[in-house]
Amino acid sequence: MNQITKILEGVGSVVQLLTRSLSYAGSLPRQWARFVEQCYMIGYTTLPIVAILSFFIGTVLALEAGYAMQDFGAKEFIGSLVGLSMARELGPMMTAVLLAGRVGSAITAELASMTVYQEIDALTTMNIPAAKILVLPRLAAVLVMMPVLIIIANIVGWFGGSVVARYVSYVGIGPEAYFAALRHFTKFKDVMNGMEKAEVFGFVVVLVCCDIGLNTKGGPREIGASVTRGVVVSLILILVLDYFVTKILL
Amino acid sequence: METSCSKTRNPFTGAEANAVGVKVDDVSKTYDGHPVLENVSFEVTPGEIFVLMGPSGSGKSVLLRHIAGLEPPTSGTITVSGLDPTLESTRESVRVALVFQAGALFNSLSVYDNLALYPREHRSGDEKAIKQKVMHALQILSVEDAAQKFPSELSGGMKKRVSIARALVMEPQLLLYDEPTSELDPVMSATITEIIATLKQEYSVTSLVVTHDRALALTISNRVGILMDGKLITLGTPGDLTKSNDPRIVDFLNPKIDVLHPRFKKLETQATT
Repeated sequence: MNQITKILEGVGSVVQLLTRSLSYAGSLPRQWARFVEQCYMIGYTTLPIVAILSFFIGTVLALEAGYAMQDFGAKEFIGSLVGLSMARELGPMMTAVLLAGRVGSAITAELASMTVYQEIDALTTMNIPAAKILVLPRLAAVLVMMPVLIIIANIVGWFGGSVVARYVSYVGIGPEAYFAALRHFTKFKDVMNGMEKAEVFGFVVVLVCCDIGLNTKGGPREIGASVTRGVVVSLILILVLDYFVTKILL
Repeated sequence: METSCSKTRNPFTGAEANAVGVKVDDVSKTYDGHPVLENVSFEVTPGEIFVLMGPSGSGKSVLLRHIAGLEPPTSGTITVSGLDPTLESTRESVRVALVFQAGALFNSLSVYDNLALYPREHRSGDEKAIKQKVMHALQILSVEDAAQKFPSELSGGMKKRVSIARALVMEPQLLLYDEPTSELDPVMSATITEIIATLKQEYSVTSLVVTHDRALALTISNRVGILMDGKLITLGTPGDLTKSNDPRIVDFLNPKIDVLHPRFKKLETQATT
């Protein structure tokens, strides 16, 4: 019962934070510098690891697909499998998981530290809402940067698959055949669905991590506990939301 | 609470504004059933320096957080200029600044940006006017050389002074200090004490100071309250307190070496021989 109460309190707190942040949406143009800084943090600094991860996801997909399909003589369809898997599922999901681990943990740590060291209290006494200057720019930045990350993740993942398809002996199909199948079966709608998923995941990760950071209580030791909570809750929410968002988008 | 003769003078423009008073009425606070404040009542009149003293853990800082509007009391009421300090609307109409014990400076911002944050967010003037205001506040506290430094590069005393400067930039009508001289050497403590007195004399800002510092309390305050175990045990002028025969007050103001642990007494004996 106590756990259910805590979960409901958490949901209520996140909804309140979202409402408060959105009520300051009009101030966003004046917060351009903070928005750009967050775009850099969320997008640019995450990009290399997203690219590396996506490349290897593409290669593994091609390897596994090649292995499974060689018995059926359907190796020409490897491109379609990699293309669809990356665009619809693995691109958005793995990018969101990386976002939770890298950006979500950093956001929680920063805001938890500001809370513990009374910087948030100082903002309150100065009548500067944390939701306005700390949460809103991050939410806006993640909405802008997630599609960029997904496009890059997809392209790099597709490319990774083509490398395996070309150079691994038991797969052995050329890039023309690989990309022809990929183009034929991966529609624009599939890519858009993946982006919509990623937007939801990214938004929820940032919002939840901001809320957990701002609700940190106690001393410096609680900062670490909040970071762990932020990442774990984000990962659970990504997986749960994945099912529901996929169901809605199908 | 407000009186027409109590006006704060803006340190930057010289403009006058009403100094504000504070009313704490029968305030109690409990955390997880544990009482921290019990039926505390007092008033701070506009323009005065009111000092709240008491041993560690007596609830002084908790009370200050309540007056700053950071927490609501469990029971009783607190008003600042007749308004509930926890409401955003009150913060918009009454400028209350809090100087935190640890400074609470924004570590990711330079000293200059720490001070400029408030006027920038509240759009009080263009960048040139903000710069003038920030540098003036830093000059008042003699820390203008630290403008481009980050809080992590400052000493404890400088952090306190920057924290007071940041409060000053808000052009406060009520200035709350939480242990402004703690962790400072005697010279720096005297400097901070002088700064608090000067701010009151020059700008008539209502000041509420929470401190252990007997010298600060007895030299610059108009009135002093002593809080023990969450209860306000006395309230009066510094003169009233020094004349008091209440053993709790006498012991608190003049701590005897006898209260120390025998181990420390032994060390003291060794040192003198």
